[in-house]
Formats: sequence, structure tokens, C-alpha cells
Amino acid sequence: MLSVDCIEKSYKKGGLFSKKKEQVLKNISFECKRGECLGIIGESGSGKSTLGRLLLGIEKPDRGTIFFEGKSVGNRRVRMGNISAVFQDYTSSINPFYTVEEAILEPLHMKKELLGGVQSKIDQVLCQVGLNPSYRKKYPHELSGGEAQRVCIARAVSTEPKCILFDEAISSLDGSVQIQVLELLKNLRKLYDMGYIFITHDIQAAAYICDRVMIIRNGEIEEIVKVEHLKDVQSAYSKKLLQMIIA
Amino acid sequence: MNRLKYVLKDKVAALSLSIIAVTTVAGVFAPFIAPHDPEEVNMELQFAASSWEYLLGNDHLGRCMLSRLIYGIRPSMLWVFAALVLSVTIGSIVGFLAGYFRGKTDAFLMRVCDVMLSFPGYVMTLAVIGILGVGFENILLAFVLMKWAWFARIIRTSVMQYAESEYVKFSKAIGASHLKIMISHIIPVALPDIAVIASSSFGSMILQISGFSFLGLGIQAPQAEWGMMLNEAREVMFSRPELMLAPGLTIVIIVSAINYLADTLQVALDPQLMTSKNKQLGFETTSIAKLEGKGVA
Ligand SMILES: Nc1ncnc2c1ncn2[C@@H]1O[C@H](COP(=O)(O)OP(=O)(O)O)[C@@H](O)[C@H]1O
Ligand SMILES: [Mg+2]
Repeated sequence: MLSVDCIEKSYKKGGLFSKKKEQVLKNISFECKRGECLGIIGESGSGKSTLGRLLLGIEKPDRGTIFFEGKSVGNRRVRMGNISAVFQDYTSSINPFYTVEEAILEPLHMKKELLGGVQSKIDQVLCQVGLNPSYRKKYPHELSGGEAQRVCIARAVSTEPKCILFDEAISSLDGSVQIQVLELLKNLRKLYDMGYIFITHDIQAAAYICDRVMIIRNGEIEEIVKVEHLKDVQSAYSKKLLQMIIA
Repeated sequence: MNRLKYVLKDKVAALSLSIIAVTTVAGVFAPFIAPHDPEEVNMELQFAASSWEYLLGNDHLGRCMLSRLIYGIRPSMLWVFAALVLSVTIGSIVGFLAGYFRGKTDAFLMRVCDVMLSFPGYVMTLAVIGILGVGFENILLAFVLMKWAWFARIIRTSVMQYAESEYVKFSKAIGASHLKIMISHIIPVALPDIAVIASSSFGSMILQISGFSFLGLGIQAPQAEWGMMLNEAREVMFSRPELMLAPGLTIVIIVSAINYLADTLQVALDPQLMTSKNKQLGFETTSIAKLEGKGVA
């Protein structure tokens, strides 16, 4: 479904006239199948979010290609209704002037054909993420972190996309809320048969929800393994990363 | 509507708003409200004290002070407002383009702004007057030329901050067009910032216009303007201080009202004030608040 081929990305460093560049991603290639959940794990600063932005087509890679079902994700019409996202910072992930209802309506309005009414769809997705329909008229600052993140998840699944990217979506939530949200994501995935790309620095969370994990280090793929084989990773870095969890 | 209610709750803000509203209406309908022709010379009434017919007395040419004050609203406030709107519009367009698209667009537009801002404001205004001649329109023109770059810079910073927020990233990810993102996410969120910046520099612009007219560089006699009325009353400052007091006080009151309203606006436009149940939440000052416009000269 999503195929990434030899992408590279670097950012300018220094001022206006400086030619120095910092390479953030080097030679990344992988494939994500339909309905698969791929975890992307790495330390902070390893380029996970940058990779996420490239996959979402928000930024363009310097080199290489990213195709969604054979078409470039750089084209916004390819992404429309097919790809969605949930980000880390729930405080700024909903427009402060929007109510919950308006926020969920945004992607729904972009998708033309819709079975049943838009209004019943809003109630349905709110219910699926465990929020009461009375939340529809609330503003983002009236929501707790977990509630805001649930609204973001509802907004992402409302158009039933084929792929959702989560960039540290649960990292800023408290422990117990994290588990609830992970459980919710697992159930939603079964319900809609969606693919996930799950970016995190938390191996345990990734192991819980993903089918495969990709370990990334300094912008390079260290290893891609199936979750079942997470115990016997090959590279030294991955071993060290896993040891830190167990210890 | 909620916002207006909030402003009206604060007594001083409500007073400021009504002062500004009444002044604006008086300026627009000056010919119907002013009791006399502001330029009618009547030497017999030179320096006459206030009477029932001439409420604020007469000036050195026997002209009605009240009528001159009312007619003075037009250049001193309404035209300044027009210049402000024009420069904020130009500044917003430039600021939005630079802050949203970044990269080369941003670098180019900001260098242009840097060049504009590297001229000291008063010197530039004097230079424009020197080239185009003394006149009110030329000062307004110089104002627009000088101020847009300043507005562009501040609006760019605020747009840049909003363009990086996660809801804009989400919109981009699901394939919304740039135009749609601008209209639904950036403009509404940046509008309060723009309103605050614009309203707080409105006061300083009124003072500057009056200052130039006081120096005789702005509006030309016999038209009425507050700064010029101050200048005309200068010779009789000690014998007839009330002639100076009337336009002076008017300027002080109007500028204070505008500044106070600007401060209230800042709080009233905070999205945190919106609630599902229309209840009032506590005060919260936004960080952008301190991008004060008053220091601009
Ligand atoms: N827009 C940008 N401009 C310049 N450098 C950036 C930008 N985004 C990310 N970087 C750099 O790329 C590196 C990786 O960042 P990021 O992808 O956010 O890492 P992660 O999400 O894994 O913590 C960091 O060193 C950061 O400084
Ligand atoms: Mg990150």
C-alpha cells in the first residue's frame, strides 16, 4: 500500500547564506502492506517525525519516492480520504476556535460521498472512541489530554482512511490513559481494517500494537523485524535498545 | 456576540467603546452635527468666551471651536483609520505569504521589510513631505509606506507560529488546499493578533498625525485639525489656555480610549473565553500580547 524508496532529507543549518546541511534521513526504503501496523522506533532526534511528515506528504523528500497505491503522496488528491494522522501535542491539534463537532467535520466535508448523514457519523465516531455525544459542542480547552486525543482519533477515523499515521500519539498521556487509548486503537483497527504507522520511542507500546517494527537510528534504518521476533534482533544497537527496557 | 458582551462588562472598556463610537459618528455626520461652519471667520467674536451659541468659544479668527473640533475628527481620526486599514491590509498580505510559505518567499519579503524598516520613521515621513510637498495626503501616504513593513513583520511571526501548529499539519495531511487552510485555520486564528496590533498602533498614529499638523507639515489652513488647532492656540497659551485645552484634551481622551480598548480586545478575543455553556472563564493573557504597538515611532 505504502512504498518508500531510497528517500533522503536534509535541512539547512545556520543562517540565510550558510550552505551547511544536516542530513536527517539517509537512504530509507521500506514497504507497508494493506492493513498492517508498522511501528517506527528510535531515540528522540533520530528523524522519526521527519519521516512521518514525508509519509504524510506535508514535506517533500530531497531524493527518492513515496507511493501510496502506486501514486505519489506528494499529490494532495491521492491523500484525500485515504491517509490521516494523529499527532503528539494534543493541546494544538485542534483549532482553538473549533468545537469538537467542527473539528470532526473538517475531514468529513472533504470527502464527498458518505453513507448516511454527516451528523450521525459524528455521533458514531465519538461513541466509538468512548466519548458522549454531549462533547460535540465543547471547545478544545475544555477537554482533558486523553479526551482531546480521543477527539483527534475520532477525527482521523471518521473518513475511514486506509492508513493512519500516529506520531507519538500516546506519549504525552498518563500511563493508565495510554493503555486505554492503545486498546481503543487496536479495536478500531479491527473494525475498519485500517493500516497504522505507529511512531514512538516506547518499545512496549509498539510491541503491544504493531505487526512489524522498524528501528531507526540517526536517520538510517537499523533493522525491520516482526514483533514475534523482537527478542532476537540482529544489530547491536537494537539489542542495546531492548535491553534498556528489560533492565 | 459573546465577545462584545465581554467588552461591555468592563465599565472602562464600555466607556472607551462608546467614546470612540460617538466620535466616529460625529465625524462622519459632521455637517449635520456641527453648529456652525468651521471655516467661517467672524472677527467680532475673536477669542470670545463660551456662550450658548458658541459652546466652546471662538478662536483667533472668531471661528467656532466646537465645530472645528467636530470637523477635525475627519482628518485626525477617520483618515488616520483609513491609512491604518490600508497599511494593515498590505502588511497582512505580505505577512501571511511570508509566514505561511516560508523559504525563498519569506527571505525575499523580509529583506524588503528590513530595508523599509531601516529608515527611521520620522525622517522617512519628512523625506516624503520633502519630495511630494507639504500636505495631509502626503503624510498619510508616508504613513502607509512606513507602517506596512512593521505590520508585515509582526503578522509574519504570528502566522508562522500558527502555520506550524498540529491542526494545520493535520489539514495538510488529509489533503486540504493551501487556500482552504489559510481561510479556515490561519486567518481566523491570527485575526485577534492583528486586531490587537492594529488597535494599539492606532493611538500612536493619531498622535503622530497631530504632531505633524502641529508643526505645520500636515493639513493646511483653514481646514480644521486637532494638531493644527493646538498650534493656532499656542500664541495665546497663557491668556486663553482653554483654546489649547479643548483640542489637547480631545486628543488625550481619544488616544486613551483607543489604547484601553486595545488592551481589552486582547483579552476578549482569546479563544479560551469561548465555552460550550457560555459561562465566563478566568482571564488569561496571551503571549503575543506583549508585541506592543505603542513603541512604534
Ligand atoms: N524543520 C526542520 N528544520 C531543521 N531541522 C529539523 C527540522 N525538523 C527536524 N529537524 C532536525 O532533524 C532531526 C530529527 O528530528 P525529528 O524528526 O523531529 O526527530 P524525532 O521525531 O525522532 O525526535 C533533529 O536533529 C532536528 O534538529
Ligand atoms: Mg518526534
